[in-house]
Amino acid sequence: MATDTRELSAAGRGRAAVRIRGLERSFGPRKILDGLELDIAPGEFVALLGRSGSGKSTLLRALAGLDHDVTGKGVPDAPDDVSVVFQDARLLPWKPVLDNVVLGLDGPGARERGRAALAEVGLAERESAWPVELSGGEQQRVSLARSLVREPRLLLADEPFGALDALTRIRMHELLRKLCAAHRPAVLLVTHDVDEAIELADRVVVLEQGRLIADLPSVTDGPPRPGTPEHAALRGELLARLGLGAAAASKREEVLV
Amino acid sequence: MSTLTKKPAPERAAGADRPGRAPGTRGPRLAPGRPRRFGKALGPVVLVALWSAGSAAGLIEPRLLSPPWTVVATAGDLIADGRLQGHLAASAQRALLGLVFGTAAGLLLAVAAGLSRIGEGLIDGPVQMKRALPSLALVPLLVLWFGIGETMKVVTVALAVFVPVYIHTHNGLRTIDSRYVELSETVRLSRRRFVRHVVLPGALPGFLLGMRFAVTAAWLALVVVEQVNATSGLGYMMELARTYGQTEIIIVGLVVYGLLGLLSDGLVRYTERRVLSWRRTLAN
Repeated sequence: MATDTRELSAAGRGRAAVRIRGLERSFGPRKILDGLELDIAPGEFVALLGRSGSGKSTLLRALAGLDHDVTGKGVPDAPDDVSVVFQDARLLPWKPVLDNVVLGLDGPGARERGRAALAEVGLAERESAWPVELSGGEQQRVSLARSLVREPRLLLADEPFGALDALTRIRMHELLRKLCAAHRPAVLLVTHDVDEAIELADRVVVLEQGRLIADLPSVTDGPPRPGTPEHAALRGELLARLGLGAAAASKREEVLV
Repeated sequence: MSTLTKKPAPERAAGADRPGRAPGTRGPRLAPGRPRRFGKALGPVVLVALWSAGSAAGLIEPRLLSPPWTVVATAGDLIADGRLQGHLAASAQRALLGLVFGTAAGLLLAVAAGLSRIGEGLIDGPVQMKRALPSLALVPLLVLWFGIGETMKVVTVALAVFVPVYIHTHNGLRTIDSRYVELSETVRLSRRRFVRHVVLPGALPGFLLGMRFAVTAAWLALVVVEQVNATSGLGYMMELARTYGQTEIIIVGLVVYGLLGLLSDGLVRYTERRVLSWRRTLAN
């Protein structure tokens, strides 16, 4: 096993939000997850990096309870109140924005809570718009509101910003950081973007051939400082783990300042 | 060849700079463009014009196809003595009842077949078989079962209606995006709510398409059943006219059928536009 997979003493003890031991998932003869171990502490933000096909989505789907069509061993120990943000915003096109946010919620206060969540993502005035009338970034904000209004203990995000343009993505990063600071769910963010992972997460893990091959704390105390030596070192380390050499690490666009 | 395909560059540049055309004055290049007022009336108007011209010029034998003015006069007479309204009311009642029962049956069967594999196994095969049977072929059997009264007629219409409603609703249900099913699982929708918030609205476009076929099917089935065995209704009126060689009454009947079909289709399409306003399609 990889050398840097440390004993996760902090998260491993007590009541972790997520506790995974020896998780195996196969798709036909192909093993996707092979004895995976991962703990996430309550309120901890973990970014999951990995090449395509490394099993990122399979892990997320296992945690979300959506892995019906795979075989395998082990059930991840995850809270019941899990919420998922998909890459596509996945709004029901036949429901106005607010109805999408409160989909499946009960009680008289549901719509009020939905409005509050929409206000948090800055879309209070669009509550009666149809999803097709929103931009991609706005749709993804609605989907964040739909997740947060449920006050989940675990928020799973599957490349939620992958389909957005660079500027919108930067705004979404800020929004997600703010929302997570306010609501404190444990977060597992699947991404293929090393910079996104460093910027948002408390901890970055790398998945390769069904196992975690790296588990590194992000250097941040508060917002990260791109350009600092620690940041560069972490970035280089992660890129190397993903199979990219030092050349790729130095070729960085300074978009996040 | 090359002289035809190659556009001289300067002309193109001049075209690009050409001032004047305000935005929005030109329709989209690939979509059909903005709807025109009374655009739908174009086809029928041309048809009637050809018919009038042919009759006036003596090209159409009046015994085979009465001229439009005779038809209009006959329609006036039929309305004046109340016969047309009477027959129309009788037909409309049968069509409406058949439509109500047929739609309900088609919808229920489609939901049952769409939501469970057992339901699909039980329902889908027989419906596909029924689909291959023309209404006319079923009439003798239905007469044996239900007699020659109103029940038989309503059942015939309902049988013709439920098939398109079933086929299109079932297809609508089956083609609901699996991503929405996944979403429903992650927000933990109960089965009842899943049906109400995801399945039914998702299948609504299919259902409404089925309804468009169904309203037409209802009037078609009616023609068959009223010409076979009836003492009232549009079909009966036309059948009677055939025995007396009254071409113009037959044509009045046909025109009324056509108008009814157009009207019912328009109603469904109007509903479609109201109910499916969340969609953005080629048509709008």
